[in-house]
Amino acid sequence: MRLLNRIGLALGLLGTSLLAHAGPALDGIQEKQATNWHAIIMFCIFVALTMGITYWAASRTKSTADFYTAGGGITGFQNGLAIAGDYMSAATLLGLSAMVYGQGYDGYIYMLAFFAGWPIILFLMAERLRNLGRFTFSDITAYRLDQGKVRTMAAISSLTVVCFYLLAQMVGAGQLIKLLFGLEYKVAIFVVGLLMMVYVIFGGMVATTWVQIIKACMLLVGGTLVMVLAMSQFGFSYHTLVEKATAVHKLGPKLMYPGSLLADPVTAISLGLGLMFGTAGLPHILMRFFTVTNAKEARKSVLYASGFVSYFFNVIFLMGLCGILIVGQNGAFFEGGKIGGKLIGGGNMVAMHLAKAVGGNMLLGFLAAVAFATILAVVSGLALAGASAISHDLYARVLKKGQASEATEIRVSKIATICLGFVAIVLGILFEKQNIAFMVGLAFGVAAAANFPVLILSMYWKGLTTRGALWGGYGGLVSAVLFVLFSKSVWVDVIGKKAALFPYTQPALFAMPIAFLLAFIFSKLDGSDRAKAEIEAFEDQYVRAQTGFGAATASKH
Amino acid sequence: MSSEMYEHMRANPKFQKLVAKRGRFAWTLAFIVLGMFYGFVLLVAFRPALLGRPIYQGSMVTFGVAFELFMFIFFWVLTAVYVRKANGEYDELTADLIKDAWKENK
Repeated sequence: MRLLNRIGLALGLLGTSLLAHAGPALDGIQEKQATNWHAIIMFCIFVALTMGITYWAASRTKSTADFYTAGGGITGFQNGLAIAGDYMSAATLLGLSAMVYGQGYDGYIYMLAFFAGWPIILFLMAERLRNLGRFTFSDITAYRLDQGKVRTMAAISSLTVVCFYLLAQMVGAGQLIKLLFGLEYKVAIFVVGLLMMVYVIFGGMVATTWVQIIKACMLLVGGTLVMVLAMSQFGFSYHTLVEKATAVHKLGPKLMYPGSLLADPVTAISLGLGLMFGTAGLPHILMRFFTVTNAKEARKSVLYASGFVSYFFNVIFLMGLCGILIVGQNGAFFEGGKIGGKLIGGGNMVAMHLAKAVGGNMLLGFLAAVAFATILAVVSGLALAGASAISHDLYARVLKKGQASEATEIRVSKIATICLGFVAIVLGILFEKQNIAFMVGLAFGVAAAANFPVLILSMYWKGLTTRGALWGGYGGLVSAVLFVLFSKSVWVDVIGKKAALFPYTQPALFAMPIAFLLAFIFSKLDGSDRAKAEIEAFEDQYVRAQTGFGAATASKH
Repeated sequence: MSSEMYEHMRANPKFQKLVAKRGRFAWTLAFIVLGMFYGFVLLVAFRPALLGRPIYQGSMVTFGVAFELFMFIFFWVLTAVYVRKANGEYDELTADLIKDAWKENK
């Protein structure tokens, strides 16, 4: 959870530890930066481009398949970029580069934990996901189980994940944009919320995917540019860079040692589990497996996505190390010009300062625009995943029992998007001053403990029955929420109690076994006729999962 | 119709072969990744000093950095190996299997 907290902090703290002349953290009198015209112009170009794409996408978005999954017509390469875009948020860029700047090698360890889930998703999940699912991952969990109950459960945990994640992103977005662009917090929240609604409502998955792709390219180009310019100052020598960095850093040679962040094995393993399997349970990531033509393309998307992610993490590692010298030794980036004091704009501004140091205001503006675009792309993906849980799972399948027409289903998902957008805006404004760091952690915890176990069991274990799935799903959901609630990050930091009731900040190691165990026990105890039919139905599902025969195909355009 | 097709496929020994082969391959790769990653996590937790040592005297590259960079590249190479095999050999087997099932279904 520490990493997740950090990622949350990367977004959250940006606003609480503002600029040079801002007051102390959390006192609510943060000042915004002078309007950054380079950034605003570049961001407007991005918006104009993506609006053009949305206009084009709107003409292609007619059926529910178009709306939810771009008609299944995205190629593996495009989808790989889009997944990478979903995965590399503004927090990744800013938070992880700041972590390397402050903790050295520890930051690199976290990046590996973020990356290592992808090969596992490919080996064990990608083709089954694509072969069984159509629009949402509930299609898979409810494949041979009770549609109404299991879908309701999956939709509730999806919406829980989406709402927490969305809220964390909104608050972070408002603060980041205020900081980088000099816009008012409320204005920033409205801009993000409204643009998100426009992308999703008019362009559906086609527009959302292209927003992701463009943003991923911008992020890769911007990061690489900063890294290359910074490395050129050290003759592109890793040796020189580390030699100099360890000489000036307060950790000295310990800079390249694993530090205290992961010293406790329980936390380390729980964190690894949470990141690995949380990723495999995030509804907006899972949804991306249904946007490609077939299992072949689904596999390719993971190959490309993990390539980009792995490359970019190494770029960020070098950026952080360069930052130690280029930013950390330059008084101009510290409050009052005092080297080693407080960084202007807070600890997470290392990447931005580095961009300014090596590429001037143009590069700073570009990177700021990239950060804004990144947030926009991530919230759009989340909103679409949330809207499809409401319209496809709850409305069309549970309420209308599959009898809803496509036109009404799309209308419902658009209304759901508007509602989610307004909820996000209102909560974003209400939570402006709150410590929201725990929310990203909660989202990952619920994804790992509520979504993942039932999903993987439904694909791999013949014996799973409706009763088992419900107990496992709700059990995982409740225990993940309670573990986070009673941990230090909420019980002490938010509620203000003295000591945490649950000693660890990472719920995955504890909540996941609870979910698996409940699903197992209650499936075994379920001797009903329906359970027998469900177990028998596994055989056909298994053949489809393995061969892709009968899988949803790409719609024709 | 679908159900009959599934029946044909399940009865085909090629299906068992596909499932066994691909399953074994995927799980082997998954265990390599899980083993290396959690092994590394345990090293971080219990033997941090080892990871901080330079790979040779006077080098600025530590074991930890070298090992991690290796994993970043190696894991990605494993995904490439799996995709190549699954999209080639295994997909051909699958196509074959579906063709057989159609024939039997006539």
